[in-house]
Amino acid sequence: MVNIPSSINDPIPAAEVEDVELYHPHSWWTTYVFSQDAKVIAIQYSLTAISIGLVALVLSWLMRLQLAFPGVFTFIDADRYYQFITMHGMIMVIYLLTALFLGGFGNYLIPLMLGARDMVFPYANMLSYWIYLLAVLVLVAGFFAPGGPTGAGWTLYPPQAILSGTPGGQDWGIILMLSSLILFIIGFTMGGLNYVVTVLQGRARGMTLMRMPLTIWGIFTATVMALLAFPALFVASVMMLFDRVLGTSFFMPAIVEMGTQLQHGGGSPILFQHLFWFFGHPEVYIVALPAFGIVSDLISVHARKNIFGYRMMVWAMVIIGALSFVVWAHHMYVSGMNPNFGFFFATTTLIIAVPTAIKVYNWVLTLWRGDIHLTIPMLFALGFIVTFVNGGLTGLFLGNVVVDVPLSDTMFVVAHFHMVMGVAPIMVIFGAIYHWYPKITGRMLDETMGRIHFWVTFLGAYLIFFPMHYLGLLGAPRRYYELGESVVNPPSAHDLNIFITMMALTVGAAQVLFLFNAAWSLRHGKDAGGNPWRATTLEWQTPTTPPPHGNFGKELPVVYRWAYDYSVPGAPEDFIPQNEPDPENRSREHAS
Amino acid sequence: MSAILIFLAGLASIIIWWMAQQRLTSKPWLESARASDIFPVTRSQIPTVKIGLGVFLAVVGALFTLFISAYFMRMGLQDWWAIPLPGVLWVNTAALVVSSIALEMAKSSAQQNDANAMRIALLASFVTAIGFLAGQLFAWHELVSEGYVLADNPANSFFYLITGMHGLHILGGLLVLSRTTFNVWQGEPPKEARLSIELCAMYWHFMLIVWLVIFALFAGWANDFVDICRQLLT
Repeated sequence: MVNIPSSINDPIPAAEVEDVELYHPHSWWTTYVFSQDAKVIAIQYSLTAISIGLVALVLSWLMRLQLAFPGVFTFIDADRYYQFITMHGMIMVIYLLTALFLGGFGNYLIPLMLGARDMVFPYANMLSYWIYLLAVLVLVAGFFAPGGPTGAGWTLYPPQAILSGTPGGQDWGIILMLSSLILFIIGFTMGGLNYVVTVLQGRARGMTLMRMPLTIWGIFTATVMALLAFPALFVASVMMLFDRVLGTSFFMPAIVEMGTQLQHGGGSPILFQHLFWFFGHPEVYIVALPAFGIVSDLISVHARKNIFGYRMMVWAMVIIGALSFVVWAHHMYVSGMNPNFGFFFATTTLIIAVPTAIKVYNWVLTLWRGDIHLTIPMLFALGFIVTFVNGGLTGLFLGNVVVDVPLSDTMFVVAHFHMVMGVAPIMVIFGAIYHWYPKITGRMLDETMGRIHFWVTFLGAYLIFFPMHYLGLLGAPRRYYELGESVVNPPSAHDLNIFITMMALTVGAAQVLFLFNAAWSLRHGKDAGGNPWRATTLEWQTPTTPPPHGNFGKELPVVYRWAYDYSVPGAPEDFIPQNEPDPENRSREHAS
Repeated sequence: MSAILIFLAGLASIIIWWMAQQRLTSKPWLESARASDIFPVTRSQIPTVKIGLGVFLAVVGALFTLFISAYFMRMGLQDWWAIPLPGVLWVNTAALVVSSIALEMAKSSAQQNDANAMRIALLASFVTAIGFLAGQLFAWHELVSEGYVLADNPANSFFYLITGMHGLHILGGLLVLSRTTFNVWQGEPPKEARLSIELCAMYWHFMLIVWLVIFALFAGWANDFVDICRQLLT
């Protein structure tokens, strides 16, 4: 535990904050495996998340192959198809995106950007990773269990999730899935406490909240939301586990299956939907807010310009965080709930577009007349803005009840959320990796490979998901294993499906190039130096790169300014690090 | 879902109150400083672990409120038969109240540097907490032997689920409390034990409140209260 002066009666002297006592590992095991260093934990989180994400990527290929060439790949039967859908969705949303943004980037960047030596509860932080790994292993165990993983869809709606007609419903699949989610939430809570309390208590001297980089604001807000939203998934998972294993009827109505009356009766599937989406909608922003934060920093650094409307950016994040808790039932317009609710939730859903739009305007205005360097992180950041606007606009369609009802359960929805929640955050993740890889490893990623990776991924993702909107408007349903030739699947639509599959395979192949680049550059990349992007934030000011245990040498940095002093008129360089004081002879109002 | 929304609204007001003190309207781009300037203190003087526990309790609160939300929603359906409450629950409640009071006494005697009183109060709190858990198990046993088994009726299911979840949280707290008690009996002076006793007390009071709420829920008083609120609103 970090020892910050604890007696309530001694105020901290304004000029001196005691340095923290750091846990020092003694062996190889405690340095690299059971490490309590947030940077090592961050890398462990990231590698695990990316590995399991690759599994989900392969699953999406298999689904696409089935949709393009039905009947050709005989090992993909209907059951397998649903299992692929379910695992792909669950892994991507929770085990990849949430874990990578909060566990990966959160762990790496929070202490470094705030000028702290480590997280405030390093031991709980370590446990968080190991429980996450256990959750991933339990999830993967589903593939090897009798009956295979669950095929209930990533939303796991009862009653079908635990009936025998659904793959894994009466086998191990659903039990393993629910157990894995419960473990994930326990592990996340341990990490989440760290991220929140470190932001509250671990900041360097002079680092006021309003001097924090927006990356930290995004991760901080998202973590607070996740801590409050994940319990809903926990409750839903525990109750469904009871229904499945112990025969209770929280969610299960009376059902006759294959002529036999099941022992359940009276339960409410809608109750599950409420609990699930009470988690599920904030989850969208749990992924989006860190992405918003990171992309703000990428744009500012690579356009050599201060972020436009910093305060508004912070407020917008907080408002989005709060509003996201009162929009959940827009996922349930077709569940038969009271229409008045539909009106309420449509209104809140459209209101949340306002702070989101403010953020988009601010990014664009940051770029306006900036000194834009089209580096790879910048390319990905620009790709994010375009994709996010695109996905956000279709969100406005779907937020309205009358538009949603006919479009619900079509490929339009698939296209929408892949744009807004799939491609957009992934763009930020890649941008962030290209941006911070030099800090993590001390070497730059290869430029040429990076550019190929960006263009194939960006254009390819559009070619995959843009046509899907048309399929959806045509009426092509989602979740169908096989469409045959029908009104909603004329030969032209089928050709489009083949095209989409080809693009999906191409984009997937580009990720192999990225992985190769990441491995190759570890040895052969250009030497990065301490601050290759000439950025202001504290993680670039560490004495050595990669940062040592304890992050900053003997003395912790002191923060004198906000994170966005780029191209300040009269300054000798086009950036002023956060830990560089103003000259003594200058008045404080010089910047105005 | 109204219970969780009310809980979150309460939490939001705490967050807003906190944020109001954080100078969120300042203009950081105008406020660069010189090395000789005086620095604002950026962290709270409340011990970090206490803040950590506070955040954790907010999460635990959300968890139980969500269970309660689900309880209210499920209760509205037709197959609901309220479960009779075993009389031993009153004894358990008393035990938990005593445990909480004892911890509060341990806390104040630690603050007054009274090592003996602190030790005895801690032990009393530890023993009564174990008594609470044993009593809860006894209550389960009684219900089962009367035929109120888990899967019979949703009211039963919720009773076992929520009391079980509460019991698990008490058990977790007991692990920490046992360590604190052990250290104190090993001769740890009050000054050093104070913080951990304060943390235990904070957690214990919170779990007591949770227990009182769910006890009221199962006894049916909470429903009367909700009905009164509804009538007042319409």
